[in-house]
Amino acid sequence: MADAPFLEIRHLRKRFGTNEVLRDIDFTVRKGEVVCIIGASGSGKSTLLRCVNLLERPTEGEIRHEGRNILDGSVPIATYRAQVGMVFQQFNLFNNLNVLENCVLGQMKVLKRPRAEAVATAMRYLDKVGMAQYIQARPAQISGGQKQRVAIARALSMEPEALLFDEPTSALDPEMVGEVLKVMRDLAHTGLTMLVVTHEMAFASEVADRVVFMDEGVIVEEGVPSVIFGEPKQERTRTFLKRVLR
Amino acid sequence: MGAPLLALTVAAADRSFFEWVAYLFARYGSMFLSGAEVTLLISLSGTIVGFAIGLLIGVVRTVPRRPEASWPAKALRKVVDVLLMVYIEVFRGTPMIVQAMVIFYGTAQAFGVRIPYLLAGFAIVSINTGAYMAEIVRGGILSIDKGQFEAAHSIGMTHGQTMMNVVLPQAIRNILPALGNEFVINIKDTSVLNVISVSELFFETKSVAGTSYKTFETFFIASVMYLVMTFTVTRILRLIERKMEGKSTYTIHGSQTTPESEIRIRGGV
Repeated sequence: MADAPFLEIRHLRKRFGTNEVLRDIDFTVRKGEVVCIIGASGSGKSTLLRCVNLLERPTEGEIRHEGRNILDGSVPIATYRAQVGMVFQQFNLFNNLNVLENCVLGQMKVLKRPRAEAVATAMRYLDKVGMAQYIQARPAQISGGQKQRVAIARALSMEPEALLFDEPTSALDPEMVGEVLKVMRDLAHTGLTMLVVTHEMAFASEVADRVVFMDEGVIVEEGVPSVIFGEPKQERTRTFLKRVLR
Repeated sequence: MGAPLLALTVAAADRSFFEWVAYLFARYGSMFLSGAEVTLLISLSGTIVGFAIGLLIGVVRTVPRRPEASWPAKALRKVVDVLLMVYIEVFRGTPMIVQAMVIFYGTAQAFGVRIPYLLAGFAIVSINTGAYMAEIVRGGILSIDKGQFEAAHSIGMTHGQTMMNVVLPQAIRNILPALGNEFVINIKDTSVLNVISVSELFFETKSVAGTSYKTFETFFIASVMYLVMTFTVTRILRLIERKMEGKSTYTIHGSQTTPESEIRIRGGV
């Protein structure tokens, strides 16, 4: 696991007006690592993830991807984003396209893959998430769990080095959470770098190599799941875990 | 064609209302039809070109403002924004009949050129529709969920690619009813172009009324013709809308029980 750093986040700050959502965030994600970020709503964990994908522009600080700061304009943003995929809480499938085309579009437009190759790649990942049968369905015609699996296949079709998950199961009916977590669990074992914001503590403790606990815009504590969930050092971590684990 | 022929044989003094209508249509039918043709031609082409103008402006006005852009880029943006706003306000804020007079006689006086009537009519309807459609398109784009942009950006697509492949197809589908409205309005409102002698349906009707002295009957014919045109257009547009909704079924591929079974899902968007 102790591979080269994939992402290094240094002194990251994000302000919305006078509201400072991220205060001096520092952390590193190594290649192949699965990192789960936990914390209460409003702790800044989603904002952190959105900053990593540049959907939000950090106010200050650095995000280094394989040693190069992606915020200084020297790295083409499209190329970087194609390497760091994102899965959203609200799925955000392209509503005008069917399941297959959702997975094909980015490959053709961003990676300039020929259509046949893009379709083959899309089919491979749709098969992996168990949605290959539904290629003709449009987003409005499938369930939430199915949408999220397609969204994961869409991100995977770009063959990224890392995937960011922003509360991927929070908008799902309880009986659909399992199917999405299963796909994510399988992915974690393939060596893909994953950064997961989640409220699924069981998933985090089982799958994560490292758990990061955030509160009020700072990283309070980070470590292996057994330590964070078993014997957290910080009072704030203990209080939070007591609340969510009943 | 029995009735009009019959009407022609009835002496003028004995004709009932409907016999007059039949008589006038039989006698001046070609004028009515050529008027309707010009009306349809101008309103259709004007709506299409106006839609294109609106699409372009709507897209330009929704390009995201980047705080890190250079100052000439920002200044250019500001100038374009102001120009487009002036265009929209002027053409939405003045009656088309007045615009027709100003543009037609204005160009004649200022440049000494007389624009052909038909071309002038087409240009005025296009520019006018463009001003309305610009706002409709902008609203259509703004109504698309932010998540659609974010999902596209997150896989590296540019703003332009996102617009073309994801946002506009959805926005256009949503504004189709408004576009249909605009077309129907244009069919009716091209009648004001008679003030610059465009030989559309109203203009032709007026000529027929002037020759026959049967104002009520002639305009009755015109109103029926307008109604037929707007009604037909509305139906056709509904058909196109339904087409754009796509199929409400999809095929499951390689299912174990039945290799190609159809699943029907009601009310899909």
